[in-house]
Amino acid sequence: MLDTTGTKQSAAPPPAARARARRRGFGASVPSSVITIASLVIMLAFWEIFGREINPIFASYPSEIFKAGVTMVEDGELFEAFIQSMKPLSLGYFIAAVVGIPLGLLTGRYRWAEAGLGMYVTAGYAMPLVALIPLFILWFGLGFAVKVAIVSVLAVFPIAINTWAGAKSVPRTLIELGKTYVGSDFQIMTKIIIPSTLPFIMVGLKLAVGRSIIAIVVAEFFTLLTGLGGIILKAGDSFDTARMFVPVVVLMALGIGLTWLVGWLEHKVAPWQRDIADSER
Amino acid sequence: MTFAGPKVRVRDLTKEYYVSTGGGTQVVNALNGISFDIRAGEFVALTGRSGCGKTTSLRIVLGLDEQTSGTVEIDGREVNGCGYDRGMVFQHAELLPWRTAIENIEFGLELKGVRKDERRSIANKMLDLVGLKKSADRRPYQLSGGMKQRVGLARALTTDPEVLLMDEPFGALDAQIREEMQTELLSLHEKTKKTVMFVTHDIDEAVLLSDRVVIFTPHGTIHEIVDINIPRPRNDPIGIRGTEEFQNKRYHIWRMLKLTDQRPADLAM
Ligand SMILES: Nc1ncnc2c1ncn2[C@@H]1O[C@H](COP(=O)(O)OP(=O)(O)OP(=O)(O)O)[C@@H](O)[C@H]1O
Ligand SMILES: [Mg+2]
Repeated sequence: MLDTTGTKQSAAPPPAARARARRRGFGASVPSSVITIASLVIMLAFWEIFGREINPIFASYPSEIFKAGVTMVEDGELFEAFIQSMKPLSLGYFIAAVVGIPLGLLTGRYRWAEAGLGMYVTAGYAMPLVALIPLFILWFGLGFAVKVAIVSVLAVFPIAINTWAGAKSVPRTLIELGKTYVGSDFQIMTKIIIPSTLPFIMVGLKLAVGRSIIAIVVAEFFTLLTGLGGIILKAGDSFDTARMFVPVVVLMALGIGLTWLVGWLEHKVAPWQRDIADSER
Repeated sequence: MTFAGPKVRVRDLTKEYYVSTGGGTQVVNALNGISFDIRAGEFVALTGRSGCGKTTSLRIVLGLDEQTSGTVEIDGREVNGCGYDRGMVFQHAELLPWRTAIENIEFGLELKGVRKDERRSIANKMLDLVGLKKSADRRPYQLSGGMKQRVGLARALTTDPEVLLMDEPFGALDAQIREEMQTELLSLHEKTKKTVMFVTHDIDEAVLLSDRVVIFTPHGTIHEIVDINIPRPRNDPIGIRGTEEFQNKRYHIWRMLKLTDQRPADLAM
């Protein structure tokens, strides 16, 4: 379509934006936020239309969920549950990052660490750790500690495995550059390996957000029925599907929010990264 | 400083690499007994066909690789690992992509533990020297190939090495930029009188820049060391290219490379 206008108007060049859009393909001139909002509106509209057709025990729809949500906000239940979930979630996530990043850096950098620890990281990443929750409950009881433990254990492995992959992919020539200037192991680690691995660490941290949210909900299912997971389970038991969806939506938003936060953090600590990766956009 | 011997002394250097192949380990004899001396302030080019061991020699002198046998001495002291008396300009610049030009130049001094204000001022001087003042805050992806190479050169100069090792530093540049860089390197050498070991495939470049050209055979030995009797300062590269000495040495080296090469078809020049 655009081709014909292009050839016809060859004497008078089209507006710069059009030309750019044509070069860069579909949607290039539409702001990302507009696309995101349009996508949300369409999705919600479909959900609303088809959700109304279904028996409310099996599914719900946006307006009903919104109503349930307002009630839960008004009686303070939602906020309380949110805080209850957030506390172990953030502490567990923090522990996972503090353990996972150094663990990944070591396994990626030192042969002995890779030989000695690599298999545990791989196993921990691939294993359904949820299966260990009953054991965790035996060790840590049913309170705050067990939730923190479950979140940390689920979140630590994506962080470690990505950091490991990143540290291994640091170009050998850059490490040799450090050696050329008689850099100590510590200098090579902090000035070459870590900055070079940062994008991988951030991917790990982002994946860990999702894992942590799964972890906290599962932990709440298993332990005392507290927090957002508790609401989900209780509402499910009483067939109050709209009410059940409220914490689900909150958790989804939380996932998006936290991932965005990690991205923001990445931009703060590594402002060059966006430029290097995105210099085309 | 008053050491009377050669700046760089290389004796009977050999290097074996062990390459694991499908069947087992294969031994690659990259260097088979290399000996040469380099005087202080001398500019020596190393040339020879691909895979003859030029980079290997440079890396051993730098201290990044260890020889299988033989010795390398700088001012009479045996080389043991890298040191600030030697500096390297890599074939592909090897800049840290997250650092700006000036930060890359500072990198060596940073590892050396030089104070921040001091290293910034040295880096600024070097940046000026290589003509990149305006690009101080650009990151490598915003620099052209020639600019990156200049940053790499500036970085190598910050630690004020006595011996400058350069591995095909201009190999990836187009002819015009390459000539510019050669001129700059000549004037830099004139000013600093550094000892330079310069690997190149470009015979013209070798003759233009150096006092002697070391010609390698394809099997990791030295075929001949050719003296280039072009007086310094060499601040007229165009005129030099027209001289008889330049033409003769250029032809001689070219012929020697042909002779030492058993598979002429592979000579990628
Ligand atoms: N790390 C290594 N492991 C195994 N073999 C190697 C290694 N580095 C170099 N070699 C081998 O040693 C020989 C010499 O390599 P070197 O890199 O020194 O050649 P070069 O003269 O620099 O070649 P070029 O002009 O292509 O850069 C080659 O046969 C190469 O395959
Ligand atoms: Mg080489």
